[in-house]
Amino acid sequence: MARTLINLPKTAKPGEVITIKTLISHPMETGFRPGADGRILPRNIVTEFVCRFEDEEIFRAELFPASAANPYLTFTWVATASGRFSFTWRGDDGFDQTESAAITVA
Amino acid sequence: MPRHPGLPLPVALAALLLTGAVAGAEPIAPADRRSGFDQMSAEIQTMQRDDDANPGMLAVVDGAELWTKPPSSSRPACAGCHGEASSSMRGVAARYPAWDARTARPIDLQGRINACRRTHQGADPLAYESPDLLALTAFVATQSRGQRIAPPEDARLAPARAEGRALFEARMGQLGLSCAICHDENWGRRLGAAAIPQGQPTGYPLYRLEWQGMGSLQRRLRNCLTGMRAEPFGYGAPEYVALEAYLATRAAPLPVETPAVRP
Repeated sequence: MARTLINLPKTAKPGEVITIKTLISHPMETGFRPGADGRILPRNIVTEFVCRFEDEEIFRAELFPASAANPYLTFTWVATASGRFSFTWRGDDGFDQTESAAITVA
Repeated sequence: MPRHPGLPLPVALAALLLTGAVAGAEPIAPADRRSGFDQMSAEIQTMQRDDDANPGMLAVVDGAELWTKPPSSSRPACAGCHGEASSSMRGVAARYPAWDARTARPIDLQGRINACRRTHQGADPLAYESPDLLALTAFVATQSRGQRIAPPEDARLAPARAEGRALFEARMGQLGLSCAICHDENWGRRLGAAAIPQGQPTGYPLYRLEWQGMGSLQRRLRNCLTGMRAEPFGYGAPEYVALEAYLATRAAPLPVETPAVRP
C-alpha cells in the first residue's frame, strides 16, 4: 500500500467552499529512463485519480508520464451534506488504491 | 553578502584558479547565516511550509510507523525504550553529530539509529539511503523542527570539526574547487542557472525535487563532490561525519527545518 496524506476540514457550513488536498507516495517512473544496467525501466505511473462523494464523482484527473513523483492533487468542493469521500488512484501494474475521509456539514 | 558583488562567477573562479590563491575563506558570521530556504522560489517555500503538500511528510509518517514497530518479536521497538518521540527526541537532531562513547568516534543521526538497531534491537543496520533509514531519520529530526542548531560543547568533537573544516576548505577534484569557494565566498550568486546557497544542513533528510525523493546530507555531499569532479567518499565514511560535525557548527544558530524541500 502506498502512503497517502489526505487533508480536508472535519466540519463545514452548508454552501462553504472547502479545499481537499491529496498526496500519494508513488515513483511515477516515466518509462523513458534507463536503469543502472542500461535497460529502460518499465513505465510505472498513476494514470487516473477519482474523488467521489457518496458515490457521486466530484473530481477526476488523468496523469501522464511527465508528472512528478508523489503526485499532489488539490481541488475544491462546495459543502452540501455530511458524508464520506472516497479517493481512488489507479495506475500501471494493476495499481489500485482507495482511501476515504468523512465530513460533517452543519 | 558575497565578496565580489560585481564580478561574474566564471571570472571570479578563473581569477582564483589562475592565481592559485588559497581559498582563505572566512566562515560566514553567525548573523549572516541563511538557510537555503530563503533563496528558493515562493512556490517551493509554500510546498515546504504546508505539511499536506510537503512530500517529505510521506517519509515522516512512514518513520512514525517504524518508530512503534519492533524489528523482531523479542526486541523492543524504538518507542519501547524512547517512548513518545515528540518529547524524547525533541532537540536531538539539533545537537548531532555527537560523540559516541562506545566507538570513541563522532556519530551522526543516521549512524546513531543504526547503532541503536544493532545493539538494542539485534537487527541489521539499515542501508544508507534506504527508504526505512531515511524515514526513521526524518521522523526523529522532525521532532526538532524549529529548534536552533546547537552543537554540543564537547572537546572530544573538536578534532572531527577541525578535520571537517579542513575538508571543507581543501581544493579537490579535477576542477580544483573547495566547498568554501562556492559556499563561503560566492553564496548568493549563481553557478549557471542555479543560485549558490550557503550550504547549511538545516533540513536533512530532505526532499529534493531534482532527486524526486528523499536524501541524506551524505547524498548531498556526494553530489557536490561529483560536481567538483572529485571521487566521493563511500557512504558512512568518517570524512562525511567530520564534514557534518563542522557544518553543524557553521550553521548554528539556524533552526532545524526537517523535512525540508529543495529544488
